[in-house]
Amino acid sequence: MATIDYPLDRPRAVEKEFSFSETLYKWVATVDHKRLGLMYIVSSIIFFVIAGLEATVIRTQLIFPNLHVVDPDTYNRLFTMHGTTMVFLVGMPFIAGFANYLVPLMIGARDMAFPRLNAFGFWIFLFGGLLLYFSYIGGGGLGGSGSAPDVGWFAYAPLTERAFSRGHATDYWILGILVSGIGSIASAINVIVTTISMRCPGMTLTKMPMFVWTMLVDSWLIVIALPPLTAAQIMLLLDRYLGANFFNTQKGGSAVLWQHFFWIFGHPEVYILIFLAFACLNEVVPVFSRKPIFGRQAMVGALVAIGFISLGVWAHHMFSVGMTSWSNTFFAASTVLVGVPTGIKIFNWTATMYGGKLRMTVPMLFCCAFLLQFLCAGLTGIMLGMAPFDWQLTDSYFVVAHFHYTLAGGLVFGIFAGLYYWYPKVTGRMFNEKWGKWHFWLFVIGFNLTFLPQHMAGFLGMPRRIYTYPAGRGWELWNFLSSCGVPFQLAAILFFAVNFVYSARKGEPAGDDPWDAWTLEWATTSPPPEYNFEKLPVVRSSRPLWDLKHPQDPDWKYNQ
Amino acid sequence: MAHTSVLAQDALGLEKGWTLPDRGKVGITFLIITETALFTIFVVAYLVYMGKSPNGPQPKDVLEIPIFSTICLFSSSATIVMAERALARHNLSGFKLWWLLTILLGVEFITGTGIEWYHLIYKENLTISTNLFGTTYYSLVGLHASHVIVGLFFLILVMLVTLFGFPIQTQERRVMFLSWYWHFVDAIWVVVFSVVYLIGR
Amino acid sequence: MNPYSLLAFLQVQASNLPERKIANMFRPLASPGESEKQVALLTFAITGAIFVVVGGLIVYTIARFRSRPGDDLRQEPPQVYGSNQIEVAWTIIPILIVFVLIGVTARVVAGVQNASPPKTTTHVTVIGHQWWWEVQYPDYGITTANEVHIPFSLDGAQATYFMLQSMDVAHSFWVPQLSGKTDVIPNRDNYLWMNPKAAGYYYGNCAEYCGTQHANMQIRLVAEPPEDFKKWTLNQQTKANEASEAAQDKAVFLSLSCVNCHMVGGTTAIGKFGPDLTHLMSRREIGGGVIENNRKNLRAWVNDPQGIKPGCLMPSLKLTDRELDQVVAYLETLK
Repeated sequence: MATIDYPLDRPRAVEKEFSFSETLYKWVATVDHKRLGLMYIVSSIIFFVIAGLEATVIRTQLIFPNLHVVDPDTYNRLFTMHGTTMVFLVGMPFIAGFANYLVPLMIGARDMAFPRLNAFGFWIFLFGGLLLYFSYIGGGGLGGSGSAPDVGWFAYAPLTERAFSRGHATDYWILGILVSGIGSIASAINVIVTTISMRCPGMTLTKMPMFVWTMLVDSWLIVIALPPLTAAQIMLLLDRYLGANFFNTQKGGSAVLWQHFFWIFGHPEVYILIFLAFACLNEVVPVFSRKPIFGRQAMVGALVAIGFISLGVWAHHMFSVGMTSWSNTFFAASTVLVGVPTGIKIFNWTATMYGGKLRMTVPMLFCCAFLLQFLCAGLTGIMLGMAPFDWQLTDSYFVVAHFHYTLAGGLVFGIFAGLYYWYPKVTGRMFNEKWGKWHFWLFVIGFNLTFLPQHMAGFLGMPRRIYTYPAGRGWELWNFLSSCGVPFQLAAILFFAVNFVYSARKGEPAGDDPWDAWTLEWATTSPPPEYNFEKLPVVRSSRPLWDLKHPQDPDWKYNQ
Repeated sequence: MAHTSVLAQDALGLEKGWTLPDRGKVGITFLIITETALFTIFVVAYLVYMGKSPNGPQPKDVLEIPIFSTICLFSSSATIVMAERALARHNLSGFKLWWLLTILLGVEFITGTGIEWYHLIYKENLTISTNLFGTTYYSLVGLHASHVIVGLFFLILVMLVTLFGFPIQTQERRVMFLSWYWHFVDAIWVVVFSVVYLIGR
Repeated sequence: MNPYSLLAFLQVQASNLPERKIANMFRPLASPGESEKQVALLTFAITGAIFVVVGGLIVYTIARFRSRPGDDLRQEPPQVYGSNQIEVAWTIIPILIVFVLIGVTARVVAGVQNASPPKTTTHVTVIGHQWWWEVQYPDYGITTANEVHIPFSLDGAQATYFMLQSMDVAHSFWVPQLSGKTDVIPNRDNYLWMNPKAAGYYYGNCAEYCGTQHANMQIRLVAEPPEDFKKWTLNQQTKANEASEAAQDKAVFLSLSCVNCHMVGGTTAIGKFGPDLTHLMSRREIGGGVIENNRKNLRAWVNDPQGIKPGCLMPSLKLTDRELDQVVAYLETLK
């Protein structure tokens, strides 16, 4: 535990009477990065639960063959909304939330570089999300009876053209995402500028915490990869409303061009998403191993390498589209190549733990599960990168299993590690450890039970995005097992939600630094005051609090 | 808080020489990077579909090189530099003059585009839905024109507040960022012009 | 040749064909599928080894270095910052593995994609529609739907080359036990080949989400001995027979709007929007693989296709019972 003595006569805030309008104003008009970060995260959690419920209906329909829990159109809307929500309204805002809350604290700044841009980014994300969900009520079917988009989260052309997507469902998809995307870009620019221009004295780029490095590279990717999606969506809007011919195959347009543009965005996007988990692990694993991250320079190098290479692998989503053998081979090569820096990161985390003194707290448990699950995911990714193998696996349940292992088994577990780790800092209270462990174990069991069998369904020829399946194809057992995992996950999330809400009021006070950690956010109160730090710190190494607590053996002695 | 007061001890005097890049410069730079990515996709679409229109008007039949508008736009980059220099020398009337000239040149460019489009739509029957050429032409040139219009909006805003007595001298930095944006719009025109009017014809 | 005995012969043959309902990609029965399986096994071996080594290391690390209850929490372990040699080692080794994987991929990709057709090749054009498959044999002048017949031989010498086109949106043609999938995209000709080495009634699916009834855009591929294939093509080439008993039923059929969408060779029904019905009864299933082709199902389908395949593009025609009986009776003569 920390050995610093705190002055006992700290000034206390005067308790004011609760005023609804003041509280509302405080939150709606805020430009404080911590409040905005919190709003991003709460919104993400809510959308996560909604998308999870959509998935619950999906898995209920698929538990047995030939079920008709929902009709085909509804099912198709559900899987479209589930995917779209999870990527754009859960993954992206979690990134913005974590980055906006933590980056200024970790670099010893008082706020982000552009606080008003920060607020703009949040509200436009929320508006986009609400616009997308308004489609359930407002999107017009032929009778105007309300219809959410049903074109899949990557909305291939020409299914999305006016001729095949009548009514406004697809327009809600386009506009909701377009608008949210602007918020993501704004947030990313803010993070980059903050990181470059607002570090406290002594914090050279090499001494920046790994979390901040990860968010910096992540923001670079966002700034470069999100515009292709915006461009493609503008083109689709022009097609649908002004009769343009970008993807109108009747007039010479190319359906494959949409796929190229979408995946030039889409593949970097999944790296953008997973980087948040990487960022959380980069902080949580060292602290609970009681060792610094193994190979900091290599880790940063691996991040940059992943960022670069990920811009060149997109057509591995298109191996079955009929590209030339040269193209297929090139993209297969770049895809397996990106596995190298990713693998390096897994090795380095393991090496961080090796020789350490592992504290199996709830955040650490999530990290351990991440390592094994993400390893699986990466290896199935290699399988998918082998183009001939991919000709069988693509568009089957094997791919569904793979991306859920990366995104749910990887990203969501990493996010939970981060949420539990920084919960005491944000709320000032400790969560309930026992309930946290219930959450973890139920989620591990449920997640693996749902997604491991789906690999088998893919090997047996089950395509994805089908609202039902016939008996006798050998898919029944795997679908049944897969659906059985759902109640475990629902229970797990219930434990999580109750824990977080209850502990915010009734948890044990956490103090500044409950985990005995080493980065600057633990050098201020929990929760931090609005101005973050009384005096802006000056640092000499990447672990300023380690230096403080171990004056005889500081990091800067070893040039770290 | 004991932590921060101890942490704030600057034993090595690091704070003194600690300069980081200017926020605004980095911000505008990345705005330009992200917009470049956006334009790249529209340029790629133009190149991919070049020569692929099965019917309808073709570029070499209907496109005329907009020499005058292009010269105006490029000149406006020079005039905005002159305006900035005038502001740096505290020459307010010089600044107003050059700034106004920049705006007029920008307006001429947009007008020229508008005239060209009128001709293409009503005389040559080329609309965005006619064929692939129409689609990619109007979207690419239109995307650029929309960025010029946004730039003009801010240029005019600066003009108006200056004319109404706002001390523009205090905002030299922000004027510089706006000029960077304006140069970016110009640079994009170099690419669009080359692709559409030189290569594409 | 008497069409009835021919059909009877064919149906006996069809029922003798092994049902290949479990489309296990690890039991391939054609060369492309076999190449893909080889790649799969190699990849399994390599990734499996990586999983055992790395996963084992992770589990070992967690187990070995957990802090025990009696541990002194103030004693921090040695603060190791890293090791350049180790970083180099675990960069080089994966890169070598990557080279191996790339080499294998390049070889198989070229081998499958750039294979030139052997002399004995059957050409089939498959045209994807929302949500059924139009199947044409340009060399034979045949058009049928959903059920593809191709010849097989045990040594794989009988190859079929597919040209894949789409009438509307993007689809994908996938018969897992014979070959990986290739997408079916409008305004683009794609190619796929397979050389079945075992007879069978193979199951496949559309593998690219294409709208409401994507789930029920199923493929049935019959791989049969060349002689049987020849007989099948001969039957498919005949026009609809002119059995006199069905004359009245035929008249009723031709008077209804069915003819706007469907084609029956040798009659005035020349609609191109829906499946060709000339030899409807030679197919085992209808509706794109949704239901078995028998009288009860056929009647139900004609009466109310939306009830069986909601959202499909065939409307319920609201026929009277009498009209329904007559239409179905006529359809049953289309062997």
